[in-house]
Amino acid sequence: MQLVKESGEFVLLMLETVRRPDKWKMFRHQLIIDIQHLGTDSIGLVAFISVFTGAIIALQVSYNLDNPLIPSSMVGYMTREMMILEFAPTIISLILAGKVGSLIASEIGTMRVTEQIDALRVMGINPPNYLILPKMVAAMIYFPILIVFSMLLGLFGGWVAGVFSGLVPSDDFILGLRSWFNPFSITYALIKTVVFAIIITSISGFMGYTVKGGSVEVGQNSTKAVVYSSILIIVWDLILTQLLLV
Amino acid sequence: MIEVKHIFKSFEGQQVLKDVTTTFEPGKTNLIIGQSGSGKTVLMKCCIGLHTIDKGEITFDGRVFSNLDEKKRKHIRQEMGVLFQGGALFDSYSVEENVMFPLNMFTNMSTAEKKKRVDYVLDHVNLPGANNKFPGELSGGMIKRVAIARAIVLIPKYLFADEPNSGLDPKTAEVIDRLLSDLTQEFKMTTVINTHDMNSVLQIGQRINYVHKGELWWTGTNKDILTTNNAELNEFVFSTELTRRLKK
Repeated sequence: MQLVKESGEFVLLMLETVRRPDKWKMFRHQLIIDIQHLGTDSIGLVAFISVFTGAIIALQVSYNLDNPLIPSSMVGYMTREMMILEFAPTIISLILAGKVGSLIASEIGTMRVTEQIDALRVMGINPPNYLILPKMVAAMIYFPILIVFSMLLGLFGGWVAGVFSGLVPSDDFILGLRSWFNPFSITYALIKTVVFAIIITSISGFMGYTVKGGSVEVGQNSTKAVVYSSILIIVWDLILTQLLLV
Repeated sequence: MIEVKHIFKSFEGQQVLKDVTTTFEPGKTNLIIGQSGSGKTVLMKCCIGLHTIDKGEITFDGRVFSNLDEKKRKHIRQEMGVLFQGGALFDSYSVEENVMFPLNMFTNMSTAEKKKRVDYVLDHVNLPGANNKFPGELSGGMIKRVAIARAIVLIPKYLFADEPNSGLDPKTAEVIDRLLSDLTQEFKMTTVINTHDMNSVLQIGQRINYVHKGELWWTGTNKDILTTNNAELNEFVFSTELTRRLKK
């Protein structure tokens, strides 16, 4: 029953959120701030995780394909496929759900308990539209950029690990990267990323906006935002893979 | 003038406001007083549209506000200034950005005009030169004054203040009271202040509404309150030994 009630509240909040902004100038201003907070500030974390993930994939694939009948270029091929299809869009989105989701929920939640949202409302401003919509748009624009960046760094990490550990010659790894490439893999990854961006920002925005109480509840709702976003990312990963790839 | 007509409000079956009818007069500081939990904050939140009333009507200069949807309320909302209990300043904005916020949202003034207006209102609340400070750097009294500056920057017709003195020392509380009273006179606003501070009641209460257990129990001025025979009001106003002695 509680789930049905919260789902209804979520839909109503989203209907209030996705509307024409009250003032485009203020929306653009807020959008730039959110791109900075949600996107640019995540570059370091994404870079670090991507390089190491790519390196680990390359090493694990090399270890598992230790067979003279399988060409070593398969290491590059499999690293590419795994990074592009799953690790960059899904794992990085899960990481962003933790970092960005908790940031959004705690920021909006704190505004709720300190009456800043009430202040916006009585000024005649639509608070969800002013607070959540720029974050959704910022994530939809910037997360795909981060994911492409993650793919490139993951492949670089795989190359470094494969070549410098002596498991794969550089030429073979690059040959594998270029073999049987299907450009739709990138489209698929970016479609997933945009859906995940919407999930993270809308769920976190909802969790922050509906906080009742004080600082303890802000913390609790931030945790819920991360948990629910992560669950929905995994569920939608399966749905989108079924719809787009199978 | 703000008219509150027979309003009822309940939360999860518990009746918080029962048939409250009153008026808030223009150019006067109208106070809502009452014990904690009496319903005074709910009454104010109903007036500013943060709570939807169950029954009754609230009008602003004859314009019905309570029955309008959010979109239609917008016009009346822009004539309101609200001072929240904690100030409700936007943490990530400077004082200037906080005060300028309503101007950015609702006017097409140039940057120079907006800056001039911000300086004008900051000067009025005795905070000249505080433009670049952030809320985290301000004292409780300064936060209240910045919040007042933001509330009056559009020169509203109606000003609402929810417990403007809470958490302030008596001297700063008096400064805030005097400021609200002076601004009311200067801008001819209809000011509604929610308080349980007896100093405020006696100093600036031009029209006082006493709310008791969700009902409007008594109305009068700060002079009337000293001589009233209303038992519940007397118990509230003269609750300490000191005030009882003063009355005698």
